[in-house]
Amino acid sequence: MTTAAALSKIPVTVLTGYLGAGKTTLLNRILSENHGKKYAVIVNEFGEIGIDNDLIIGADEEVFEMNNGCVCCTVRGDLVRILGGLMKRKGKFDAIIVETTGLADPAPVAQTFFVDEDVMASARLDAVVTVADAKWLSERLKDAPEAKNQIAFADVIVLNKTDLVSKAELLEVEARIRAINPYAKLHPTERCKVALADVLERGAFDLDRILEIEPEFLEAGDDHDHHHDHDHGHHHHDHDHHSHGLKHYHDEDMQSLSLKSDKPLDPAKFMPWLQQLVQTEGGKILRSKGILAFTGDEDRYVFQGVHMMLEGDHQRPWKNDEPRESRVVFIGRELPEQAIRDGFAKCIAQ
Amino acid sequence: MSGFDISGEAASIVSVTDRVREVAVGTPVGAVHFLGDTAVFIGAEENATFVKPDGETSTVALHGGAILSSVTDGKRIVTGGDDGKVMQLDAGAKAELIATEAKRRWIDNVALHPDGAVAWSSGKIAYVRAPKAEEKFFEVPSTVGGLAFAPKGMRLAIAHYNGATLWFPNMAANAEMLEWAGSHLGVMFSPDNRFLVTSMHEPALHGWRLADSRHMRMTGYPGRVRSMAWTAGGKGLATSGADTVIIWPFASKDGPMGKQPAMLAPLQARVSMVASHPKQDILAAGYSDGTVLMVRLTDGAEILVRRNGTPPVAALAWNAQGTLLAFADEDGAAGILPL
Repeated sequence: MTTAAALSKIPVTVLTGYLGAGKTTLLNRILSENHGKKYAVIVNEFGEIGIDNDLIIGADEEVFEMNNGCVCCTVRGDLVRILGGLMKRKGKFDAIIVETTGLADPAPVAQTFFVDEDVMASARLDAVVTVADAKWLSERLKDAPEAKNQIAFADVIVLNKTDLVSKAELLEVEARIRAINPYAKLHPTERCKVALADVLERGAFDLDRILEIEPEFLEAGDDHDHHHDHDHGHHHHDHDHHSHGLKHYHDEDMQSLSLKSDKPLDPAKFMPWLQQLVQTEGGKILRSKGILAFTGDEDRYVFQGVHMMLEGDHQRPWKNDEPRESRVVFIGRELPEQAIRDGFAKCIAQ
Repeated sequence: MSGFDISGEAASIVSVTDRVREVAVGTPVGAVHFLGDTAVFIGAEENATFVKPDGETSTVALHGGAILSSVTDGKRIVTGGDDGKVMQLDAGAKAELIATEAKRRWIDNVALHPDGAVAWSSGKIAYVRAPKAEEKFFEVPSTVGGLAFAPKGMRLAIAHYNGATLWFPNMAANAEMLEWAGSHLGVMFSPDNRFLVTSMHEPALHGWRLADSRHMRMTGYPGRVRSMAWTAGGKGLATSGADTVIIWPFASKDGPMGKQPAMLAPLQARVSMVASHPKQDILAAGYSDGTVLMVRLTDGAEILVRRNGTPPVAALAWNAQGTLLAFADEDGAAGILPL
């Protein structure tokens, strides 16, 4: 989806996070802050939100499999229904926030925005925001696959309760997060005190903004998770040198994989390869993104995907002073790294 | 200066657009029903607009938010809202509260029985209230997608994820579950009570022959089917979802099994609404570009009722006599065609 098409659609922020991380705190903050905007909120438990709002809707988290033979192709059936009903009240709210339960997999929520024609016509996924507990996340990453999924899936991570941990512990948990997902924006907070602009209206699924909002994306190290977040030092006081202290972890089962080529790719090879890859490995690939330079194509091609679902488009002409470099990123579980690298290498035009 | 204006498709199609009485509802419309010869446009939110045969209009407040569902039996209209209320409207434009959901949950679906019983659903629970009887409820495994009463007997079909449940509110016996993988939304009995058909979340219909639960798959749609209507006499099921009206044959005992549907009134737009003439083999179809056509089922002849160039047609209905056709687009630009 390009920016023009996206503008008329209602932005939807998905708010996830393991039990007790502080989702409700963030939600209450969003709803109570004086921003002049009205949010419709889809929650799983009524009553936790202290704000009176007739646009708070209870959901049932019904995950439906699609009848298309794709096992990981699941959608949130209740979300389809609720968004349909909410669209009858267009004009009464500016944006929608979907809060998931602490044990939820964000994929069905995200996929709903790629699969359902009614949802696609009226709403757009803005970003997946994950609230994580600085004190307990490292433990949860060991014993709760849901927590790891939520981190891997995130566009924005609000690392909450930093006042409950030491500086060393904070560095530790940041390194754990970065081992799984080096591309998300990470905001260490106390009581979810984060600028709303950092969690809302991110356009993280807007193809036009894939680069704009993720400078890290291009600057990330050649092929692995050795990535330092350069832009969040101002969010808290004692972090300015943290890149020197950041350990490099390798998560056992969830990784990101970054591929790069400064030679143009052959679209006749790359597209079938990518399709085939997500068809066969889509269950393992949580998120994918890419900026591509094709032979004989003056435009940048951008794509993104959630499991087996891909969307892509020509974005804009390459600028003269811009290196025509292709970058592809996968975040997933037990990714077949060597096979992906070999497959990508074969797509380079000869 | 003299001459004449050939405007697009009008050259080759009979047009009755000049006979349509325009109605300015003024707010987005979700449905239209007739109570006698009065057209009632159900707003997307809050109100209903009554348009009497003489053109007099009045607005009736119904819900404190979105109107999620509506149904009529020709004598009254029942609606469900996101305010948790089930409301009833009569021909005198009187609105009456029928039920309130305790937690103010949305009323997603409503249905009416010829004997006067009302059904509604909220979340996974379907409720039935019959005249002179206690209110009863039944919970299905997932959120109710649609409700329909059987034309005979007190039996309610409840569509949900992975099938539909047939519930007999007046009997202690267990409900009967008809299974088919996927999410089932709209649901309808055939007028002869032999078939049950659901529209699915994916672009397909599913049907069961009730005598033996035999499956009928009806696929091939480019888009989801939102509107279904039995043609006069129940011989066929007309549906939206494609760039032609798709009509599945149901006259034989096997229904549409092994048969191809009829495809009528092709346009370069998606059919969004269908409404069958109550007595004759004529169908009205509304399209995603705002066009409304009348189609004769026997030979496919078309008559233009409304030109294109607006938001999708969101409401379409005949009166019981088949002498009035009412329509509205999503933004509330509406009209009534007297025949």
